[in-house]
Amino acid sequence: MHKETILNACVLLGLLAVPLWALQMDEPFIITLATKAVIFAIAGVGLNFALGLGGLVSLGHAAFFGIGGYAMGILASHAQGYTPVIEWPLTIEGTNSMPIIWLVAIAFSALFAFVIGALSLRTSGVYFIMITLAFGQMLYFFMISWPTYGGEDGLVIYVRNGFPGLNTLDPIQFFGICFTLLCLVLFIVSRLAQSSFGLALGGARQNEERTQAIGIVPYRLYLIAFTISGAITGLSGALFADLNRFVSPTMFSWQTSGEIMVFIILGGMGRLFGPVVGAALFILLEHLLGGLSEFWHIYLGAILLGVVLFARGGLIQLIVGREVAHD
Amino acid sequence: MTDPILDVRNISKSFGALKASDNVSLTLLPGEIHALIGPNGAGKSTLIKQVSGGLKIDAGEVWFDGADVTGLSTVARARLGLGRTFQISSLAMDYTVLQNLVLGALGHQGGIGLAAYFRPVMKDPALLAVANGALSQVGLEEFSNTRTSELSHGQRRQLEVAMALTLSPKVFLMDEPMAGLGTEGSHRLTGFLDELRHKAPILLVEHDMDAVFALADRISVLVYGKIVATGTADEIRNDPVVRTAYLGEEDAT
Amino acid sequence: MSLILLIEQILNGLQFGVMLFLMAAGLTLIFGVMGLINLAHGSFYMIGAFAAAATAAATGSFMLALVASLVAAAAAGAIVEMTVIRRLYTRDHLDQVLATFALILIFSEGTRWMFGSFPLFLEIPDYLSGPISLPFGIEYPQYRLAIIAVGLFVAGGLFALIAKTRIGIQIRAGESDREMIAALGVDISKLYTFVFALGAALAGVAGALIGAIQSVQVGMGEPVLILAFVVIVIGGIGSIKGALLGAILVGLTDTLAGFLLPKAFGLMMEASAATSVGSSLASMSIYILMAGVLLFKPTGLFGST
Repeated sequence: MHKETILNACVLLGLLAVPLWALQMDEPFIITLATKAVIFAIAGVGLNFALGLGGLVSLGHAAFFGIGGYAMGILASHAQGYTPVIEWPLTIEGTNSMPIIWLVAIAFSALFAFVIGALSLRTSGVYFIMITLAFGQMLYFFMISWPTYGGEDGLVIYVRNGFPGLNTLDPIQFFGICFTLLCLVLFIVSRLAQSSFGLALGGARQNEERTQAIGIVPYRLYLIAFTISGAITGLSGALFADLNRFVSPTMFSWQTSGEIMVFIILGGMGRLFGPVVGAALFILLEHLLGGLSEFWHIYLGAILLGVVLFARGGLIQLIVGREVAHD
Repeated sequence: MTDPILDVRNISKSFGALKASDNVSLTLLPGEIHALIGPNGAGKSTLIKQVSGGLKIDAGEVWFDGADVTGLSTVARARLGLGRTFQISSLAMDYTVLQNLVLGALGHQGGIGLAAYFRPVMKDPALLAVANGALSQVGLEEFSNTRTSELSHGQRRQLEVAMALTLSPKVFLMDEPMAGLGTEGSHRLTGFLDELRHKAPILLVEHDMDAVFALADRISVLVYGKIVATGTADEIRNDPVVRTAYLGEEDAT
Repeated sequence: MSLILLIEQILNGLQFGVMLFLMAAGLTLIFGVMGLINLAHGSFYMIGAFAAAATAAATGSFMLALVASLVAAAAAGAIVEMTVIRRLYTRDHLDQVLATFALILIFSEGTRWMFGSFPLFLEIPDYLSGPISLPFGIEYPQYRLAIIAVGLFVAGGLFALIAKTRIGIQIRAGESDREMIAALGVDISKLYTFVFALGAALAGVAGALIGAIQSVQVGMGEPVLILAFVVIVIGGIGSIKGALLGAILVGLTDTLAGFLLPKAFGLMMEASAATSVGSSLASMSIYILMAGVLLFKPTGLFGST
């Protein structure tokens, strides 16, 4: 069996084992950390679909993270307040149900990703990077200046949303929900990557000229990939909002966009589990280094610089070497 | 007289003051190899780009398989069956040889259907059949799982030809397929192209004169963007205009 | 709505634009000559502001503070170029984005470690504080007018440098064909270090000048950086002319939209709603402008395809 596949299995087991162990040791804080890692992983898997597979350097992916988060925030806050979200043309009530919130989060992130993608993908190279960054900023500033949902201060959601049959306030159960979603997302992305869509997308990333000569339009591939990627990251935003029971415009910020990218690079870009390894590593660093110094971002920056300059394939490549598993 | 599959009618293209293509016309008949030769800078690659759709024509028309494709994009023309190889190998370098060929086969299939989003593509029997077919035709079977970036230059040129094959095109536009190949490689490719013409006619841009005179049914000579002569190998060999413009003062043998 | 107020806002927009130009010019030069996208440019803006604030606090002289900002930013630029940036020229844009993002982290936290989280103060010098009387009875802050003047002066200087000097020729040649000028014997590494340090210096001066009217704090550079990106996308990457035009466009659009939109909405809805809708839209206005430009010219107004 391929080395990378073995590593992936280990990572998954480890990600499951840590909170279970923490449950035994009665350390709910560690379960929360693990949940955070899993949620960040989902965000990263989303971006990696566009970035690693499609070569689309989207520096504004936090836009979708924020949209997912605010989808939850808006729906949940209206549910709390027993007021409808809109009354005309049809009455839409708020909701506290996680599955519905996820669907809404996914739908809206996909919509925004489609529109932003359709506009941005008309450019390429550096222009694309900058225009995605700019769109992220646009949403950030919009959210800050829109007072209805807290503006700059953000929105507190007092009640954790519900999932039928589970007590979502219990850290390990919420972890379980997020972990299941991560596995689902990983499965979907891996199937897509191995499909003809994935092959063509990777082909377009490596050589657009060849892809056109074959009779496939790269723009369409990119747009579909970007939309799916935004939807996945949007889902993670809704989960993040539930974890913290708080949404704020920072979810849209360029720093957040940068962080999501950092997860992927640390773990290994273009690898299925890259964002998972990277997110876990990031949470670990945040916890350990953050404990040592409040200026731990300096160390993060140094590590990131080191990875980019000397260990470009990320932690996964350091462990398993250059070959990429095709499953 | 059979209808030409490819009919280039009076195309012109200028880059500022430079006339890269000056009222160029040529045809490609079924089953033939039509070679396009000319000194460096004559505008051969520019012409190929205009025929394949990568470059917009200033004036004139390109007719393919009885239809006017002048306004169509590269992708659209590829879908209609216009296959090409690139002068500088244009392949997905991280992919294995087989992956590149399956990618090509996708084009043959006509793109990506919605149902295909969840099935593993490298196990698709139809695509693999096309890919492996092309693979064996150029003789690269043992390199099926080699990364393209690890292939030698000659092997990449072979893969380049194989890619064109996966499309099962109605016409081949080949831009210097012999480029960089040694004597043995050129011989093999020459033999291969000789057979290939029966599948689909070839518009062959080449510098390798041995190959050109061995293969071509007709030869067109392009100098400074203009076609100065079109004819059979013998006619061209003996054409005084061509000899001075291109072959120089030395006797062509 | 008075004409005076409108003219003042236009001047404000011009002042904003001119400062954006200082940032954008460096960015676009660096990209045009070296093909490098540099996210750490905002850090030089910040370093310039901090150097100015520290110098002003120590010496009381605004002039010295400006000089300090230029020197500090240029030095930082040169050092960063020689240690890190140099390794990125042959890498793809993603690597450049990531590496320079790492630099932002290092610089921002480093500055926070050195100076703490609270903003520093840089005071407008006495001889420039206070209003100046302009035609039409407008009273406009001297300092802001001085900024506009400095900005235009620098723009002129930059154009002269590029058009008339030897370095300028090397820069222009480098923008067209990097490999060629190396083959012609131009010392590429010195040229690149110079261009990078020049860009950083421009950003540093901008930081210092704006630091006196806004606050000097960690993270002040990044919002300006992103705006500078919008500017060069609109103007066309690699074009200084485009950077100037783009900067003025963005500066005016942002300022005037912030001023006019709430008023416009105020005609249709009640005041507080008008302000919030108006401000929200105004904050998005430059991005809408950018999207609009890119729809018609995907490589910007003066960009090359």
